[in-house]
Amino acid sequence: MASRQYATFEVADQLFGLEVAMVQEVLSFHEYTPVPLAPRSVGGLFNLRGQVIAAVDLRVQLGLQPRDFEGPAMNVIVRTPDESVSLLVDRIGEVVELDDETFEPPPDTLTGPSRELITGAFKLDGRLMLALDTGRAVQTSIGSAVED
Amino acid sequence: MEELGDIVQEFLVESHENLDQLDRDLVALEQEPGSRELLSSIFRTIHTIKGTSGFLAFNRLERVTHVGENLLARLRDGTQVMTPETTNTLLRMVDVVRTLLTTIEETSAEGEVDVDGVIEAVTACIEGGSPAAPAAKAEPAAKAESAAKAEPAAKAEPAPAAKAEPAPVAEPAPAVEVGTVPAPVAPAAAAEEDHAGAEPGVGQTRRSIAESSIRVDVDLLDKLMNLVGELVLTRNQMLRAVTASSDPALARTGQRLNLITSELQESVMKTRMQAIDHLWSKLPRVVRDLSSSVGKQVRLAMEGRETELDRSLLEAVKDPLTHLVRNAVDHGIESPADRRAAGKPAEGVLTLRAYHEGGHVIVEVADDGKGIDPARIAEVAIKRGLLTRDQVAHMERREILNLVFKAGFSTAEKVTNVSGRGVGMDVVKTNIERIGGAVDVESTLGEGTTWRLTIPLTLAIIQALTVECGTERYAIPQVAVHELVYLDGQNGRVIEHAMGAQVYRLRGKLLPLVRLDETLGLPDSSGDRDVYVAVLQAEGRKFGLVVDRVLNTEEVVVKALSSRFKEIGMYAGATLLGDGRVALILDVPSLARRAHLNVGAVDRAQAEIDATKGGNDNVDRLLIAGVGERRVAIPLDMVTRLEEFPLERFERVGAREVVQYRDQILPVLRLAQLLGVYSDTEQAASVPVVVYTERGRSVALAVDRIVDIVEDVVGAQRDFGDDGLMGSAVIQARVTELLDVRRAIMAADPRFDAEGVDTDGGLDLDPTMMVGA
Repeated sequence: MASRQYATFEVADQLFGLEVAMVQEVLSFHEYTPVPLAPRSVGGLFNLRGQVIAAVDLRVQLGLQPRDFEGPAMNVIVRTPDESVSLLVDRIGEVVELDDETFEPPPDTLTGPSRELITGAFKLDGRLMLALDTGRAVQTSIGSAVED
Repeated sequence: MEELGDIVQEFLVESHENLDQLDRDLVALEQEPGSRELLSSIFRTIHTIKGTSGFLAFNRLERVTHVGENLLARLRDGTQVMTPETTNTLLRMVDVVRTLLTTIEETSAEGEVDVDGVIEAVTACIEGGSPAAPAAKAEPAAKAESAAKAEPAAKAEPAPAAKAEPAPVAEPAPAVEVGTVPAPVAPAAAAEEDHAGAEPGVGQTRRSIAESSIRVDVDLLDKLMNLVGELVLTRNQMLRAVTASSDPALARTGQRLNLITSELQESVMKTRMQAIDHLWSKLPRVVRDLSSSVGKQVRLAMEGRETELDRSLLEAVKDPLTHLVRNAVDHGIESPADRRAAGKPAEGVLTLRAYHEGGHVIVEVADDGKGIDPARIAEVAIKRGLLTRDQVAHMERREILNLVFKAGFSTAEKVTNVSGRGVGMDVVKTNIERIGGAVDVESTLGEGTTWRLTIPLTLAIIQALTVECGTERYAIPQVAVHELVYLDGQNGRVIEHAMGAQVYRLRGKLLPLVRLDETLGLPDSSGDRDVYVAVLQAEGRKFGLVVDRVLNTEEVVVKALSSRFKEIGMYAGATLLGDGRVALILDVPSLARRAHLNVGAVDRAQAEIDATKGGNDNVDRLLIAGVGERRVAIPLDMVTRLEEFPLERFERVGAREVVQYRDQILPVLRLAQLLGVYSDTEQAASVPVVVYTERGRSVALAVDRIVDIVEDVVGAQRDFGDDGLMGSAVIQARVTELLDVRRAIMAADPRFDAEGVDTDGGLDLDPTMMVGA
């Protein structure tokens, strides 16, 4: 039976997961340089060992209010074909091994911006983990679904 | 033949290029033995060399190429098939041809280079239809013979060359490498070495380049560069921490780390550097062809050809530079008849000059031609409707000259196929600005024109001005920064509004302002007072950027910005500041475009001001300096830079004081001595200095302090006849003496006048000049 490893994290009390292979690293950081005129979902830039990394506010991507940057925020740094991008999340969870059997496509009742970002749901013990579509989660170009 | 004639020069350049191609073709031919196309190309090349060598009476060369041509003809016509041995023989022939060419280049003659061996081999190849037997013999023979025979034959200078050349003989494969790697050196040397044998080391150098270099992926170098940039930042943080602690051992270690890091940074940067000669080597040919086709006599002089800059920048500079050179030959330098009529030698001189200055590479293209007439430019601008007569009347000479960079602007009387179509200069400007550089032109009517390109040393590290706006810091490429003005909201240093557009009166001219906070959609943080205006220039227009604070000028490592921010258009990149935080680098051209939106309103307001002034043009811009108790006004037009030198920089030569400044020795004139007053700087640790530069010669005027820059109508003068003074006037309600700069300078450097310094000439206001308040 096929199974995959997922790195999990929480945003607004919802558990999300990304395939471990997509995740470069996880770290907490507290100084972000805002990018004026950038889409709202861009939380800012920060220096990761000499690399300038753009942080995408996953709250905004999910249609929620932007995060306030008091204190450190958790970054899940994901690799995309062009660059490394950080997803700002509330809390980091553990890495879980999940059977493909527990996977289901997104429920029809799930609507709004988050619907676009999710490939499906894993049924964990007592809670659901939503699997994120990395490509869409880090997309911030003007005109994407999250723009007001 | 004492010296190489033009024809021989050209022949050598062309042949060297052809030979490199030939090497590649021959190896490719081995993979693709039947290729008629390749064979024809090789045949043509050899045929050309043969033809020309016959004409120039290079008999050995002719004989070698002649048999080579025969063999190639047979291969081409299919009478004989290509074998590895034929390839070897042909490569050997190419090498002998190369040796001959090198010898010709160095000694102007063929010398005693042995050609019989190779002729025999080629003939054997033709006759034998290439059986396997001679192949075995030919190879070791080839090696031994070319090395052994060439050496005694060309005992004197050509020896190293002859020895170096046969290297690729044994193995055809590396021939490609050898052909391509030192290529920049080879044609360069061929093209510019005027005198035979001037550099007997040429052959040696080529060998060492081929043998001691490896090919490295540019990506790897970029990565190294990034890491070093990172290391520099870490080092800075480390040093700060070390300074705070009092451990002497740690301080020593920190010091070493500091030195090693700097050296490492320099070395890594060097890996990407190439001499500008790489570009220049193509130009003698361009100049030669062009000048003969337009009937002019032009001599090309080059200074500083070893000046290095980043490879990618070199590539970007290539087209603009070629254009400027072509333009100078076509329009700058006059026809021999006109030149003689103007009392100049018939032969014009085009000088290429490259040097380092303040973290940039300056490349100048200077001709001694007819110069650009600002009046004519103004006239054309008016005729084309680009400017009104009124506007022109209030423009500085320098601004008028810079109109030539506008699109569609050409004053050429007749359009030639070379230039004069009004395309080009604007492209030159755009291309140079794209890589963070600047272009400038200075011209004296009847004496010549100098185009000056200011190019960053590397794309990866730039000089930047860091400013603060709101809570964030931003970096502005220093090359775009002309000056900084602090607005305290008093004494006319205020932001004014002209029909909705914000402007500032910069020395009487309205400067359109762009507010950084507003442009970036940030809350209005600064108000109209207690702000700084960075006077920037891009796309041919000056504008002021209003920021909260000016922090620093520093070298920053440019990081590419994620493509997701491209569409914003305001940022040229990002960088890491000393504390490790990310700062955005502003894109000055986009900001300039914002400023353009208000141009109409600003121009109208300027016209109004000018109208009310009643055309009074006697406004002088003066630098007010304090000397002892006295105030001295120096016309700002003559000031190139304000500096502050620590006392120990002042040295003595004979009776005179000098300072070393940018690789020059600057004579120092202490105004206090000239005016005979007691100076308070004699004990001070550093001395403010006003630098005056003209045609590469500078004089430092030492003062006690820089007070201000004002604009005044200098009417009320009274002449008290002091030496070096023109008189005095009331400026800012205080009596101020007007310095006669020329006489003052004559006192410091009597030779200064020797070359007829034109004190009315427009001078370069250095882009980094700071105007404080």
